[in-house]
Amino acid sequence: MQFLNYRLVIFTLVTIFGIVFSIPSFLQTDDGKKISLGLDLQGGLHMLLGVETQKAVEGKIKSLAATVKYYTDNEDMLIEDLTIEPEQLSFILLDGDEASKLDTMFSEIKGLDINKGEDLIYTIKLTPVEVEIVKDMAVGQAVETIRNRLDQFGLAEPSVTRQGKVDIVVELPGIKTPQEEQRARELIAKPANLELMEVDELKSDQVYNLTAEEAQEMGNLILEDTNDPQIKYLVKQIPILTGSEVVDAKVAFDQQTNTPIINFTLSTFGAKVFGDFTARSVGKRLAVVLDGKVFSAPNIRERIGGGSGQISGNFTVNEAGSVAIALRSGALPAPVIMLEKRSVGPSLGADSINASMFALISGFVLVVFFMVLYYGRAGMISNVALITNLFIIIAVMAMFGATLTLPGMAGIVLTVGMAVDANVIINERIRELLKQGKSVHKAVEDGYKNAMSAILDANITTLLVAVILYVYGTGPIKGFAITISIGILASMITAILGTHGIYEVLLSKITKDKNLKKWFGVN
Amino acid sequence: MEIFKSNKSYNFMGRRLPFLGFSALLVIASFILLFTKGLNLGIDFSGGTLVQVQYTKAAPVKDIREILNSDIRFEKSTVTEFGTPEEIIIKIPSITTTLGKDIGDDIREILKPTGEYEVRRVDMVGPKVGDALQEKGIMALSLALLVILIYVSFRFEWRFAIASILALIHDISIALGAIVLFSIDVNLDILAAILTILGYSLNDTIIVFDRIREGVTTSKENELNKVVNESVSNTLSRTTLTSLTTFFVVLTLYLFGGEIINGFSFTLLVGIVVGTYSSIFVAASFLVQLNFSISKYRENEALKEKRSKDKDKLRAQFEQGTV
Repeated sequence: MQFLNYRLVIFTLVTIFGIVFSIPSFLQTDDGKKISLGLDLQGGLHMLLGVETQKAVEGKIKSLAATVKYYTDNEDMLIEDLTIEPEQLSFILLDGDEASKLDTMFSEIKGLDINKGEDLIYTIKLTPVEVEIVKDMAVGQAVETIRNRLDQFGLAEPSVTRQGKVDIVVELPGIKTPQEEQRARELIAKPANLELMEVDELKSDQVYNLTAEEAQEMGNLILEDTNDPQIKYLVKQIPILTGSEVVDAKVAFDQQTNTPIINFTLSTFGAKVFGDFTARSVGKRLAVVLDGKVFSAPNIRERIGGGSGQISGNFTVNEAGSVAIALRSGALPAPVIMLEKRSVGPSLGADSINASMFALISGFVLVVFFMVLYYGRAGMISNVALITNLFIIIAVMAMFGATLTLPGMAGIVLTVGMAVDANVIINERIRELLKQGKSVHKAVEDGYKNAMSAILDANITTLLVAVILYVYGTGPIKGFAITISIGILASMITAILGTHGIYEVLLSKITKDKNLKKWFGVN
Repeated sequence: MEIFKSNKSYNFMGRRLPFLGFSALLVIASFILLFTKGLNLGIDFSGGTLVQVQYTKAAPVKDIREILNSDIRFEKSTVTEFGTPEEIIIKIPSITTTLGKDIGDDIREILKPTGEYEVRRVDMVGPKVGDALQEKGIMALSLALLVILIYVSFRFEWRFAIASILALIHDISIALGAIVLFSIDVNLDILAAILTILGYSLNDTIIVFDRIREGVTTSKENELNKVVNESVSNTLSRTTLTSLTTFFVVLTLYLFGGEIINGFSFTLLVGIVVGTYSSIFVAASFLVQLNFSISKYRENEALKEKRSKDKDKLRAQFEQGTV
C-alpha cells in the first residue's frame, strides 16, 4: 500500500532526532550537549547553606559606627558614648552647633532612620526597607564570595546558586577524598573578617581584671591572641577599618623566621583612613584582628601611607593560602551555616551507576524478549518503539542539559516497563478484533481507535502526578519526575504514532501472508 | 502465546464481597502497623546524619558500636550492616551546622582504630530542611489525589473518581504497611516510590474503567455486574501482561540495582502487586458498591449528546442567519 504515511514520517524524524542527540551522551564526547552524571553517580559534594542574614545587619551597623567615628574625629567634632547594639547605634553630640553639619553627613547615607532625642542623643537604625536590602545583598554577596573562593581553590565545575530567599546550594563534583572535602568546606566557611583595631592604651593594664560586660560598657572589647589564648588585648569596639577595604592579599614569607605571612593591600579610601589614623596615633598599638582573634599588635612608630599591611601568625602554608584567598574574594557579609549536606565518594558513585546500568539493560532485554515471545512480529514492532523511546528520553534530557541521578535512572527503568503498556493495550485490541473475524486492515485501524481513549486517560493522569512531583519535589525527586514525563510523552509518539505507521506500511504484506500466528501471536 | 482467553467472562463481581473483605483486612492491618510500630523516618524527613563506611574486611560492628557509644557526641547513634558484611551505615540523630569540621570528619577520626576503611557517603539533613520536606511530601500527595479526583470526575463520572481514589488509598495504605513491616527507612526515594505507585495503580485502574465506560455505552447488557465482569475480563490479559513486564523490570532493579535503591525498588514491587490486584478485584467492586447506575449514565450521556447537537444546530442556524 502506501509507503509514505505521515505517521511514519514523524516517527522517522523523531527517531533520527533521538539517535543524533543521544550520541554525545552515549559516547561522552567533548562536543555537543550531553547528559551529565549527578553527584550521586559520579561522586561529589552537595550542600545547602543558610545565610545568617541578621548578622549582616549587625555588621552594617558596625561599619556605620566606624564611619561616624572617622568623620567626627576628622572634623574635630566631639561625641560621647558611641555604642553599638545589634540593631542600632547611639551617641551624644556634645556641641549642638555642629548638629547641622552632622545631619548633612548623614543625609548622604541612604536608608537610615535617625532619631534625635533630647540632649542631642542620636539613635540610628536602618529603615525596614534597608534591612531587607542589606539581608538580600548579604545572600547575593555570599554567593559571589563562595563562588570566587571555590574558583580559586581549583576544583572542576563548582556550582554555587541561590535558592529561595536565604539559602545557597553548593555543588562540587570534583571532590575525591574526605580530606579534600573538608578543606573546601573550611574555605567556604572562613568568615575572613579582617579588622584593624585600636588598642585602648589608657585602660590596657586592666584587661585581665575586666569582664566582657565591663569592657563593653567602656566601649571596648576583650580579644584573645591567636597563638596564646592567655594573652588578651583591650581594643576599641569600633574598628578603624574592616576587610571590605582590602583589595588584594598574597602569601609571602617572613624574611627572618621564614614562616608564611599574608600581605594585604587597601583601597584608596582605606589607605587614606589608615594613613590618617596612624598619623594621629603614633606610640599606640594597632591590633590586626582576623575573625575575632588578634594576630599581631605592633606599635605605631610613624604615619603609615601606601595602604598595605601584613598578617603574621603561626600559619601553615595551606592555611595562609586559604586566608589569602578568603581575603581577596571578600569577607562573607554574614556567617553561613550548613542546613543539608550530601557527599558521595567516587567509588560509591561508580558502584551505583554500574548496578543501575546492569538493572536497566537486563530489564530491557527481558521486556524485549517477552514481547516477541508473546506477540510475535507485533511484539517486534513494539520493541522498535521501545528502543526509540529510550533514545528520545536520553536525547531530550541531553538537550535540557539535565543531570542523570540515581532516581532518574530508576525512572528510566520504570518507563521501559510502562512504555510497552500502550502497545500491549493496542495489541490486545487488535487480537480481540481479529478473533471476531475482522480483516487485518480493519482490526489494526479499529484496534488503534478503540485503544486511544484508555491510553490517553491513563497517560494524562500519570503525567499529572509527575508534574505535581516536579513542582513539589526537591533534587532527586525532580529528576525522577522529569524522566517519567519525558518517557510518557515520548511513548505517545513512538508507541501510538510510530507503530501505527509501521503497520500501515506492512498491512498489504500481512494481509497477503495470512499467518496471524506469526504476526500477532494468535490462532 | 496467550494467557487469558479474551472471550471468556469471569464472575468477579459475584465474589466482590470476599475480595473487599480481604482488602479491608489488609488495610486495617496496615493501619494498625502504622499507628503502633510507626514509620521509620529516615534522615531526609527527621533530620540527622548518615555515614556509610566500607571496610576492606568484614566490619567490626561491635567495636564500632563501643567506640561510638563511649563518645558523648555519638551516644544515640546506631550501626547497621548495609548490603554486605564489609559495609555499614552509622546514623546519628544530630547534625553539625558548622561547615568547617562536621560530624563526618569526627566519625572518620574516631573510627581510625577499627581497621582500614573508606567513608563513602555522608548525608546530613538539618531539622528545618526535614520539616520542609515532610510538609512538601504531604502536600504533593494530597494535591495529586485532588487532581486525579477532578480529572476522573470530568472524564468519567464522580463514582468512578471516588472508586479510583478508594483503590489508590487501598494501594498506598498496604504499601505503607509493608514499609513499616519491613522497617524500611522512609526517605525521599520512598516518597517517590509511593507517588509512582499512585501513578501506576491509577494507570491500571483507568484502563479497566475505560473498558467499563465503553461497555456501559456500547453493550446491550443492562445488568451492571455482567457489564463490569465482561470489561474486567477483557482487560485481564493486558493488566497481567503490563504488570508482569513492569514487575520483572523492577525485580531486576531490586536484585541488581544496589543497596541504595533497594528500599525504593522493594516499595515499587509491593505497589505493583497490590496495584494490579486492586485494579482487577477492588476498584470495580467499589464502583458497584457505590450503586453506579447504567441507565442513569446512559441517560446523562444521551442528554450530553443532545445538548451538543442542539448547540451545533443552533450555531449552524446562526451562521446561516436563520435565527
